[in-house]
Amino acid sequence: MKKFLILGAGTAGTMMANKLYNTLDVEEWEITIIDQYKTHYYQPGFLFIPFNIYTKKDVIKPKSNFFPSGVKVIYNAIDKIVGEENKVLLEGGRVLQYDYLIIATGTQTHPEETPGLKDKLWYKSIFDFYTIEGAVALQNYFKNFEGGKLVMCISEIPYKCPVAPIEFVCLAEAYFTKKGIRDKVDITYVTPMSGAFTKPVASKMLGDLLEEKNIHVVSDFYLERVDNDKKTIIAYDEREIDFDVLTIVPVNMGSEMIERSGMGDDLNFVPTDKQTLRSEKFENIFVLGDASNIPTSKAGSVAHFASEILMENVMSAIEGRPLLAKFDGHANCYIETGYGKGALIDFNYDTEPLPGTFPLPGIGPFGLLKNTKINHYGKIMFRWIYWHVLLKGKEMPIEAEMTMAGKKRV
Amino acid sequence: MVEKTIAGKSINVNEEGYLIDPSQWTKEIAIEMAKEEGLELSDKHFEILEYLREKTAAGEALSIRKVGKSGIADIKQLYQLFPGGPLKLSSKYAGISKPTSCV
Repeated sequence: MKKFLILGAGTAGTMMANKLYNTLDVEEWEITIIDQYKTHYYQPGFLFIPFNIYTKKDVIKPKSNFFPSGVKVIYNAIDKIVGEENKVLLEGGRVLQYDYLIIATGTQTHPEETPGLKDKLWYKSIFDFYTIEGAVALQNYFKNFEGGKLVMCISEIPYKCPVAPIEFVCLAEAYFTKKGIRDKVDITYVTPMSGAFTKPVASKMLGDLLEEKNIHVVSDFYLERVDNDKKTIIAYDEREIDFDVLTIVPVNMGSEMIERSGMGDDLNFVPTDKQTLRSEKFENIFVLGDASNIPTSKAGSVAHFASEILMENVMSAIEGRPLLAKFDGHANCYIETGYGKGALIDFNYDTEPLPGTFPLPGIGPFGLLKNTKINHYGKIMFRWIYWHVLLKGKEMPIEAEMTMAGKKRV
Repeated sequence: MVEKTIAGKSINVNEEGYLIDPSQWTKEIAIEMAKEEGLELSDKHFEILEYLREKTAAGEALSIRKVGKSGIADIKQLYQLFPGGPLKLSSKYAGISKPTSCV
């Protein structure tokens, strides 16, 4: 039997386990997926927990629900990959051989990388919403919050789900308005980028949206440290911002297993060919999702679009053909903006998010770079699609490759 | 794209003043560019510029964090060397393209 290993059973790894199982000859291939945890989190849902829109129950299911019965599952931490010998070492000493390997170990938050962040105010007045623990702690904090300075700060680029902090401040604005304390809450959005978003057209649209909602944007702020006594965040250029409650996107890094394997860049992301999705170091290793260093968003939609390209290239590699499928960096993000509305962006390596309609040109129903009710329903429906269609590797009615149809050049 | 004469040499830059072709770069161009923006380049500045050019030529993506780990200057010192935007400014003077924060 030939062996196909998948490291990581999050969104990317689970999708690939399903796709491989449906495509490969199971008489010939043994497919194994490895992850240390048994719970699958619907991560886009974390954002809604602080505002009581979702509870913890809405975002968790056992990982085992989503694996095909013929795939071998090992719940164990991974020590490292030895690419030269086609081996993966597990913690505890077990050794697994492979013919092909997919790395899908994602990205994790590292608050300890920023001095003063994970200190005495952690989960008291400083919270992240990228972990279930952080989202729930913030939910409890907001219950008794009577007003003050709310600061949303992004520590480092890249980070998972680039629109999440924008959604967070919009949802917070609506939540405090509903609670009747909006006039007592001062909301500031702090980013190391030069605007609300990197790409110019979307940055303008989202920047205007924040301004309309009276949310202050502080740009080019590169966080150095947090002063717990003074309750301030301090940038490398000495600028300071006071907070009463700080919500933070901690530094994002790839798995420490990648570092132990000597396969990562300075943030432990795996250097990967941005078109073929093959590791730059080993011919029989591919990388999917947040674990790679490809220059696009770290987001489930990207992993989904990329998984279709990856599947084609994996088959080409197995059959000894050149890898012809090319990933274009396609990302598609719903942006919750509060009050039952949402915006949508669709873009790739070369084309920035533009206004228009999606997925049908001229019809929609979703509006690109527009703030509409139907976009919000798209996001709400997506949770069902995620659990029932996407993770199981089934076809979605959206092409992997981005299209210009329905988009307007600005 | 704009054609510009700087330090006696004709070069092509984009709307934001970044060199289109890194091979047109000379030390004199860097000195002039920085001077136009009120910054005098020291040897330390040039060590950074050389580092950026080397890494870019090797196809590596750059971040402030990475340059801060280069051993030449830490992030704090980078902000002192290039006030306002270390990576954006140093990339410009190094004759490489503007760093894209890929989101």
